[in-house]
Amino acid sequence: MSNIPRLRRGFRFQWEPAQQSHVLLYPEGMVRLNGSAGAILAEVNGARSRAEIIESLERQFPEAGSLAGDVDEFLTEATRQHWIEWP
Amino acid sequence: MNGAQDGVGPPLWLLAELTYRCPLQCPYCSNPLDYADQDRELSTEQWLDVLRQGRAMGAAQLGFSGGEPLVRTDLPELIAGARELGYYTNLITSGLGLTEAKVQAFADAGLDHIQVSFQASDPELNNAVAGSRKAFDQKLAMARAVKDAGYPMVLNFVIHRHNIHQMADILALCENLGADYVELATCQYYGWAFANREGLMPSKAQLVEAEATVNRYRSDLLSREHPMKVIFVTPDYYEERPKACMNGWGSLFLTVAPDGTALPCHSARLLPIDFPNVTEQSLEDIWYRSPGFNHYRGDQWMPEPCRSCDEKGKDFGGCRCQAYLLTGNADNADPVCGKSPHHDRILAARTAADHATTGLEELIFRNARNSRVICRS
Ligand code: SF4
Ligand code: SF4
Repeated sequence: MSNIPRLRRGFRFQWEPAQQSHVLLYPEGMVRLNGSAGAILAEVNGARSRAEIIESLERQFPEAGSLAGDVDEFLTEATRQHWIEWP
Repeated sequence: MNGAQDGVGPPLWLLAELTYRCPLQCPYCSNPLDYADQDRELSTEQWLDVLRQGRAMGAAQLGFSGGEPLVRTDLPELIAGARELGYYTNLITSGLGLTEAKVQAFADAGLDHIQVSFQASDPELNNAVAGSRKAFDQKLAMARAVKDAGYPMVLNFVIHRHNIHQMADILALCENLGADYVELATCQYYGWAFANREGLMPSKAQLVEAEATVNRYRSDLLSREHPMKVIFVTPDYYEERPKACMNGWGSLFLTVAPDGTALPCHSARLLPIDFPNVTEQSLEDIWYRSPGFNHYRGDQWMPEPCRSCDEKGKDFGGCRCQAYLLTGNADNADPVCGKSPHHDRILAARTAADHATTGLEELIFRNARNSRVICRS
């Protein structure tokens, strides 16, 4: 298991104007993501490591302080839901 | 872009029933009983236009179904068009008519997911239910091809009294094939399944055993950290409260039938309501303003016991089609509800399921001859 997450096969992440939010699409299902979940998943591209994702988000949201805890919590949940994998 | 109008949100799911044609004859088919006399189909350009309009309104999930959608030779073109528009596209197929080359060509066109439906876990029963002698082997081959091409694998089994004892075998087969999702969908009794209900509905004892088997398998998967997800849709005839059908009439789902008739759910065609057609009106007019789609929105239409019930915001009074089929009036509470004065009809169906002796071969199979016979009488 690496420390580089990627979306599970068959999952697609995209912005939906009609819902004014990011969504995760998968076979016959759709999850509407809140702002922070959307921002984190936008960084998951199969190339960035966990540490790089945190770094990138902290650069985008400097006023938020350390994001390691929030990112870890979300990535753990997303892994548990089998939305993302660590190949 | 248009947002919500009068509290009505956009249709997020679009189901395109491309055709009623199908090489199989499942006795629980959800197509209308008179499908044989409804052979008009939208053209490629008309379908692409429907997809464009739906996407502009906000639809994100798109299902291609039927009938058997593979009989439409323009399917690759429709898939490519849908992908370009940004849909997540699902192909719902029996696997008949599929080839490895097509599986690959669809992937290249941008198809996201292929769901292959099975009738049972072994060839004899599968083929008997499907009314086809070579269906099972073809399905297995295509399930493997789907996986090899890199799609997520979703296998669907329609469950009834003749295969419900196979749960453990079905799940083992799915795991062997490498399925990501398994849908064990008990028949919903509309269309052909309603005509065959006595011969399809499992008994309570069968259901209890099946649920126990599925739950055992689920916890086994969990302990192995296996990602296969098992969805078991149990028959609402054994519930005391109805399902929140389609998440509410005209709230998320929009179905377009082969001839362009727009419906709030794929069985609503059986209701005595005039539904609009995409060849005559824009999708936006249909969704937000047509009498057909507004018919059962909100709760003003509800008679008692729903009208004064504090659960009406939760289940919307249940399924209109079920209310119509079982009580003759689609406004009534879904008889599945214990508060419905027609609940005895559900109880009678349960009793009948305990004593049913209808053999598989006695079911009315979905084919053109039976369609015409039933709909003439
Ligand atoms: S349920 Fe069976 S007969 Fe009906 S469309 Fe599907 S595969 Fe064909
Ligand atoms: S009475 Fe109507 S609204 Fe109340 S629970 Fe039953 S079906 Fe639902």
